[in-house]
Amino acid sequence: MSIRFDKLGVAIAAITCYGAFVAPFATFRANRIVAGEPRSIIEALPQPLGLVLLAILVAAGLVALFKTPLGARLGGSVVALASLALLIGLAGSHLTPEGNTFARISPASGFWFLIFSFTLLLADVLTRLELSPVGRVVVLVAAAVAIWLLLASGQWDSLSILKEYANRADSFWNEAKRHVQLALGSLVAATIVGLPLGILCHRVEVLRDGVLNVLNIIQTIPSIALFGIMIAPLGWVAANIPGASALGIRGIGAAPAFVALFLYSLLPVVANTVVGLAGVPRAANDAARGMGMTGWQRLTNVEFPLAFPVILTGIRIVLVQNIGLATIAALIGGGGFGVFVFQGVGQTAMDLVLLGAVPTVALAFAAAIILDAVVEYLATRKSAEVALA
Amino acid sequence: MKAWIPLLLRFCLLVLLIAFLTNPLWFEPLLKPLTQNGAPAIYNQGSLLSLALLHLRTVAIATVAAMVVAVALAILVTRPVGAEFLPLSRSLVNIGQTFPPVAVLALAVPAVGFGEKPTLIALFLYGLLPIFENTLTGLTTTPANIVEAARGAGMTGWQRLLKVELPLSVPVMLAGIRLSVVISLATATIGSTVAAKTLGEVIIAGLQSNNLAFVLQGGLIVAALAVLIYDALSALERMAARRMGQVAQAA
Repeated sequence: MSIRFDKLGVAIAAITCYGAFVAPFATFRANRIVAGEPRSIIEALPQPLGLVLLAILVAAGLVALFKTPLGARLGGSVVALASLALLIGLAGSHLTPEGNTFARISPASGFWFLIFSFTLLLADVLTRLELSPVGRVVVLVAAAVAIWLLLASGQWDSLSILKEYANRADSFWNEAKRHVQLALGSLVAATIVGLPLGILCHRVEVLRDGVLNVLNIIQTIPSIALFGIMIAPLGWVAANIPGASALGIRGIGAAPAFVALFLYSLLPVVANTVVGLAGVPRAANDAARGMGMTGWQRLTNVEFPLAFPVILTGIRIVLVQNIGLATIAALIGGGGFGVFVFQGVGQTAMDLVLLGAVPTVALAFAAAIILDAVVEYLATRKSAEVALA
Repeated sequence: MKAWIPLLLRFCLLVLLIAFLTNPLWFEPLLKPLTQNGAPAIYNQGSLLSLALLHLRTVAIATVAAMVVAVALAILVTRPVGAEFLPLSRSLVNIGQTFPPVAVLALAVPAVGFGEKPTLIALFLYGLLPIFENTLTGLTTTPANIVEAARGAGMTGWQRLLKVELPLSVPVMLAGIRLSVVISLATATIGSTVAAKTLGEVIIAGLQSNNLAFVLQGGLIVAALAVLIYDALSALERMAARRMGQVAQAA
């Protein structure tokens, strides 16, 4: 029997070696804004746990390096990621001097390299397993529950990002609520306006090019400018239309952010509705007509259901894009996770940046996985129905 | 509509853009009503022209880097050697796209410092997906009979790639590059939140001093650049497609 190397495994093993033995595992800082000092795995963890972690990492790296069964690779990556997640918290409490509330411990480059290499291994395994849409959502929920348990157990409380959180627990959840409201609310508004507009564009050819061109041009305006441009008209509305300011419409704040996100969301929704409706097979439409369906019946019973997966793809693009763009709202006082990112950049306090960036990335990532799964689920069900018919 | 009208419109836009960048003061009366309390109507903390050129330079560097990596990756995963990486590279590039630009910028700062570098990293990541996906589409949809004919003519795998598959994929590849450039032009403005020299500086100065004229001129210059570059690349694409169409027919 010959020993064979896995091509991706070679890269993973190399990154693991670098992350475990060369790069620092954790950073120690005397307070939240000074430069940090590096700590290796052995220095950062109480013995013998440091050696145990190294042994686990080496073993998992070897599993990745050679051609091994998928089950072993799955196990190796999960065990490595879980022990990294557990022990980085321990490094936090081990490195913090007794009673010192100023010291900050954060994961350093070595930790992130290790997380990257084993996430790569896990992603490879999950891709090769070709999970069903439901399976992917189950994996996502399991990962979310595991992270929630770690957070709830207080295992990570001594890490710097959670110390920033502890100082801002109330405002964190307010900004989180605002972020989700902005991203989802503008999506709902864009769907309510965009679907009829898309249907109209599909039916009335004269409108199509004009509407799509205008929406395309809106997309080319940089997001920070569009957010800023909205300040003026909404300020005018608040000042001149009775009752508008009572509804919370103001020149700065959430209202202009909401309108800007709404405008960005329109193009994918309208364009995908048009493409989806255009892709409805002629035969299906003719058959429906032959059965005596009215235009409205054809739309709701034939065209719309057939076009739905394409429209949903547009909605997926919008949601992921909006979750990211909502961070810009903070620049015009609109709130959201961007508040922490821009405050952190201003104070060069990277832990604060992470407090805003990590939840944003997690939200966008979860939204992408869930909506991709829904799109695929609907598409496979549809093709199964067609096959049966 | 007559065919020359859109062309004339583009030309007027180009002339306007060049006039605005070289002589912004001509346009002061137009923007003056948007300012309050006698604030300046034209950005006065640097030349708009040099900011626009720096903006274009940042986008160009990031796009070229994304192009090299994305095309190389797409070639690798469509060869027998790299075929096993195809699904993984697809999901990785997709995951890269879900990272919000602001988050990428802010997270890159501790690693590379403030300025142009974090912006280049963010633009590079965002540029990858469209170019990779389109090159992949181009390389995997080369008509099988043409590849067979090339094999029959005695071409090696390397020759087939360089002389047949890549040239035939150029139009689709260009479409990906066009998408990537337009996204980068808008995203580069966000780079100014971490002190990169781009047109975003004008917009952010406007947001900070509540000066709508700054926000509007910064936004409109970027939008005009995006529209013009988009059209130029579309024209290039049509030219390439025509040439490739003739080649395919001749073969």
